[in-house]
Amino acid sequence: MNQRRSFFLLTMLVLGFAFLYIPILSVIAYSFNESRLVTVWGGFSTKWYAELFNDHQMLSGVWLSLRVATVTATGAVIIGTLAGLVLARFGKFRGRTTLAGMVTAPLVMPEVITGLSLLLLFVAFADFPLVPDQRGFSTIAIAHVTLTMSYVTVVVQSRLSTMDESLEEAAMDLGARPSKVFLVITLPIIAPAIVSGWLLAFTLSLDDLVITSFTAGPSTNTLPMMIFSKVRLGVTPEINALATLMVSVVAVFVVVAGILMARQEKARQRDAQMAAATAGALPPS
Amino acid sequence: MAQLLRRLGITGRTAVIAVPWVWLLLFFLIPFIIVLKISFADTRLGVPPYTPLLEWGQDGYVNFKMNVANYLFILKESLYLEAFLSSLKVAAVSTILCLLIGYPMAYGIARSDASWRNILLLLIILPFWTSFLVRVYAWIGLLRNNGLINNVLMGLHIIDEPIVMMQTDFAMYIGIVYSYLPFMILPLYSNLEKHDNTLLEAAVDLGATPFRAFLKITLPLSMPGIIAGSMLVFIPAVGEFVIPRLLGGPDSLMIGRVLWDEFFLNRNWPMASAVAIALLLVLVIPIMVFQRFQEQESSGAHR
Repeated sequence: MNQRRSFFLLTMLVLGFAFLYIPILSVIAYSFNESRLVTVWGGFSTKWYAELFNDHQMLSGVWLSLRVATVTATGAVIIGTLAGLVLARFGKFRGRTTLAGMVTAPLVMPEVITGLSLLLLFVAFADFPLVPDQRGFSTIAIAHVTLTMSYVTVVVQSRLSTMDESLEEAAMDLGARPSKVFLVITLPIIAPAIVSGWLLAFTLSLDDLVITSFTAGPSTNTLPMMIFSKVRLGVTPEINALATLMVSVVAVFVVVAGILMARQEKARQRDAQMAAATAGALPPS
Repeated sequence: MAQLLRRLGITGRTAVIAVPWVWLLLFFLIPFIIVLKISFADTRLGVPPYTPLLEWGQDGYVNFKMNVANYLFILKESLYLEAFLSSLKVAAVSTILCLLIGYPMAYGIARSDASWRNILLLLIILPFWTSFLVRVYAWIGLLRNNGLINNVLMGLHIIDEPIVMMQTDFAMYIGIVYSYLPFMILPLYSNLEKHDNTLLEAAVDLGATPFRAFLKITLPLSMPGIIAGSMLVFIPAVGEFVIPRLLGGPDSLMIGRVLWDEFFLNRNWPMASAVAIALLLVLVIPIMVFQRFQEQESSGAHR
């Protein structure tokens, strides 16, 4: 009977993964199709890649999106880590509930609402000093930081809550200042969470269409905006090539990061075990 | 300097709290107040394309004009009501489909060998890291009349004519379920992974069928995961714009699309704001449920 259950689960896993991966694999296959038509296999060709690399408009969109994503991820990591630290370690303070609410709401808020509200903010305060009067790079980046910092906060907060507080307390007891405790003890331990938070913010920013469309100025075109306007007109093989490149870069990145992090985690656990073993070997005081 | 700051009550601790607090206040909370304000304005030609609520009158008094016509219009015009209802329906059906597909998958991963678990989990997360737009686009190539699915079915002589799938509700559901499935699986997995297997063994030893043991033990224990996953799918799906636009039919009424068109096509900012506020009111309860859960989860893990 148990076997029947595991057979069912196995079937669901196979079907589920097929559902998740067949579309991506088909895009990769078609990107090498000589023919423009999806119906026909015209033989292996890399001409769509050549076409992609000659499309200067597309390339400038890629470049803009990469710059926005880099700035966004860095900003989101700084603010999001602080928020995660505050929520996980600062105990009770006035405004904690508000902060927790403001952090979780963007995770589920429909993007049309966030996008519209940020645009109206930028327009309403356009005449104020320090506010960019032209919508473009900076307004997109501000909007993206607001969207993505929540993800960083969740990742960092959950890492902090699984981490033993006694190390930090010990350092405090020994007279280290809070800023030093953070830099020397907390930061190295949450580093993997910060790295994955950065990558997450980077991909989310690179990918965002709706919030970007609202907050971008009339002359700013990010990569997703270009893909969207091309896809609306129908399937273009050039997009297949672009998609394949994006998927391969991400796959390599995620796999390498996964391996590195697993290795680091193992080393950390081994160190902790060593420490525990040495402590156990010492005579009880 | 440090002393001066301390005397003002600004310590390092307050400063650390203040950075994320002020950022979110400025760029998340205040924008909603502006949306609310503009939803009561009237449209006009010019920059910005809406009338101010407060204005210095000729007579030196402040004129306060509040226009509730946008909201009355939403209530009166059946288009908006239909769009809201159909968005809620699409989101609810998609959530149930995600749960039906995602639960067995999450359970299967949680029950597999430890060495396999991380690889399977990585495979769930990997599509999530690739462009959402590209993944939706991939379905166009599969679902079109001369797309892969129709070609395969016709090649096998199962059908003689292509089935029309693109620009239908079917395609829209596929797109939403496909895009949001990882959001359902991940919270379910992190819940199911923590379950104590001995409970199930005890139930089976006492004569329960495995299915009954699952219904009585695993399912109730996984309720928090089900709620979290469902909210992560349902709430954004209600306001979804890209998937209905690319895969759904031209007459698919989704409120996200209505808002988008109101803003970008009709250039009616006050109306778009009123739709946004109405959407927010519809979603406020699910969002609060999600937040309470998220708060419990992070403080629960803290113990």
